[in-house]
Amino acid sequence: MSQTRTIKVNTLARVEGEGSLYVRFSGSHVSDVKLKIPEPPRLFEGILEGRSYEEVPDIVARICGICPVAHQMSAVNALEQALGIAVNPSVRALRRLFYCGEWIESHALHIYLLHAPDYLGYEDVILLARDHKPRVEAGLRLKRIGNDLMTLLGGREIHPVSLCVGGFYKVPPAAELKKMLGPLEEARDLAVETARFVSRFDIPDFTQPYEFVALAHDEEYAIHEGRVVSSRGLNIAVDQYLDHFVERQVSHSHALHSSIRGRGSYLVGPLARFNLNFARLPEGVRNLAAEVGVTPDCTNPFQGIVIRALETVFACEESIRLIEEYEPPPAPRVGVRPHAGVGQGCSEAPRGLLYHRYELDEKGLIRTARIVPPTAQSLKRMEEDLYFLVGEMAGLPTPELTHRCEQAIRNYDPCISCATHFLQVTVERA
Amino acid sequence: MKSENGATPPNSKPKIAIFKLASCDGCQLTLLDAEDELLTVLGAVEIAWFPEATPRVLKPPYDIGLVEGSITTHHDAEYIHQVRKQCRVLITLGACATAGGIQALRNFQDLGATLRKVYTTPGSISALKMSTPIADHVPVDFELRGCPIGKDQLLEVLGAFLSGRKPNIPTASVCMDCKRRGNTCVLVAQGASCIGPVTQAGCGAICPAWGRGCYGCFGPMESANTASLRDKLVELGQSDAEIARTFRRFNAWTWPFREISEKAERSAGEARP
Repeated sequence: MSQTRTIKVNTLARVEGEGSLYVRFSGSHVSDVKLKIPEPPRLFEGILEGRSYEEVPDIVARICGICPVAHQMSAVNALEQALGIAVNPSVRALRRLFYCGEWIESHALHIYLLHAPDYLGYEDVILLARDHKPRVEAGLRLKRIGNDLMTLLGGREIHPVSLCVGGFYKVPPAAELKKMLGPLEEARDLAVETARFVSRFDIPDFTQPYEFVALAHDEEYAIHEGRVVSSRGLNIAVDQYLDHFVERQVSHSHALHSSIRGRGSYLVGPLARFNLNFARLPEGVRNLAAEVGVTPDCTNPFQGIVIRALETVFACEESIRLIEEYEPPPAPRVGVRPHAGVGQGCSEAPRGLLYHRYELDEKGLIRTARIVPPTAQSLKRMEEDLYFLVGEMAGLPTPELTHRCEQAIRNYDPCISCATHFLQVTVERA
Repeated sequence: MKSENGATPPNSKPKIAIFKLASCDGCQLTLLDAEDELLTVLGAVEIAWFPEATPRVLKPPYDIGLVEGSITTHHDAEYIHQVRKQCRVLITLGACATAGGIQALRNFQDLGATLRKVYTTPGSISALKMSTPIADHVPVDFELRGCPIGKDQLLEVLGAFLSGRKPNIPTASVCMDCKRRGNTCVLVAQGASCIGPVTQAGCGAICPAWGRGCYGCFGPMESANTASLRDKLVELGQSDAEIARTFRRFNAWTWPFREISEKAERSAGEARP
């Protein structure tokens, strides 16, 4: 009889926020998998109650220092729906540009600082930089250009101050934006090099029959708005999100677990977006995907690093296009007349679908708030990846298997600060 | 760096540890966002504990401990004492660690009710009634303000402690930064709700530069005249409820902001029929 083994990592490193993992198995039979999220609850949904709609973008940014624009954008989408506001097309384009900055920054951070060391056998970026300094410097330069774009549009890259319900507090003159074209062309070249570089990594052979879920849009690779679609036929307006997805509290975590009603876990993030929205990528990015060997039926989560690099190329190209076509809006924002209402908004955070819902009273104060971040949606699927990975790779010695498990978690670019503690729970009824 | 408790023997790199409690990750991300300086900084020190960037763990004691996040659980209330013992110098990063952060808004609410809104079985959630700054629990050597902290200020503070000098962090109000930046005063010209006159500088006055009032990321400046600002906000037509909310954001639990928001709240309560 096989001996029972356990894999334990008390503090997962190179992820945003703190979590631990535990797997118990005997031979290839896995008996227990737990991804524990001990991060303390911050209770955003509670503290948003009674706040004005105007304050929401500033407050929800503080959910996450890595993806503040994602939270701000999902929130303004929801609040503008509640208040019946349509923004000017130029404002819409600027928001998309702003969001591209966050994608470039966050993807570059994850690829170079958090994930690449796994594939190249280094403990961290410090040791990686000793042997591959020009490569790490190129990655940091790419990251910096993403941050510079966010700073130009938002005042600063962490918790930017410009986005508001109805538009922006201020928009930059076209000439200021044009100054970013040079750096963004440099960033695009760096991102192309990055895609080629990471595609040469030794990528573990592991596939899963995921149900992919992402926003989709008729005319563009969806980032800041769209319908919620899945690879198994789901195609719904954002308003119907809660009819199809449920969250459940589990004993070992301060984050809640999401699933699709009647089906179970699902996958959000770069892999899901790439597979579902491949046809909306520019031709150059699609050709590069073919060159680096990923196709839109990719079910290997360890390829996520390559797809993240391709999305970075896309975000750079899209930024260049948006700046070239930019015409300043007649006004940075439209007036808002507060009234009672309910609104829901989604956007694609770098690590996947992010849902916000608000109910406002007649003065525009928040009556209830609900937030479903991508990492909470992925937690159940992450545990399942560990379950099958350990089952398949049980022959590896424990230290190597442990490392594979950590790498598998990092495939998700989890943001534990986001995942913890916000979800208002729907009780699953039998 | 000279060692007092044997943290680092002579001629070796100072050991730095970065801890995270209840927070958004943004302040430690600020270090990783110092792209141009990052490799130099990481080369000049020995990273002893920084899970966001590395699994490496070096044994304490550490020369400098940087703490992001506030105390919100029984676990963290004990853990911070252990952290303090491990670090020769302890520096708090940002509004959570320095002032309790946005999660200190729970301090004005009924925690049980809030937990029931978020979790189906709130009994299994470990949460203290209050979110409190690190200095309420252990002595702190330096408190770096901001939500988030500023990159340049972080590098300045690290550089100062590593070379044994006093950090040069201005404590004047945001108004000084506004003047330096050439911003039009949004409080006077637009009648915007701006708490820049009582907020410590450090962000570069970005909100007024974006045509909106400062919302107090860096917390109260020294001897802030909040009463006078309150009068001004009343004059601009803000209700007591609005004034209370204005001071209850990311540094709500600092005494000057708390005092003014509680006064405004009481006054709003008395005004109600």
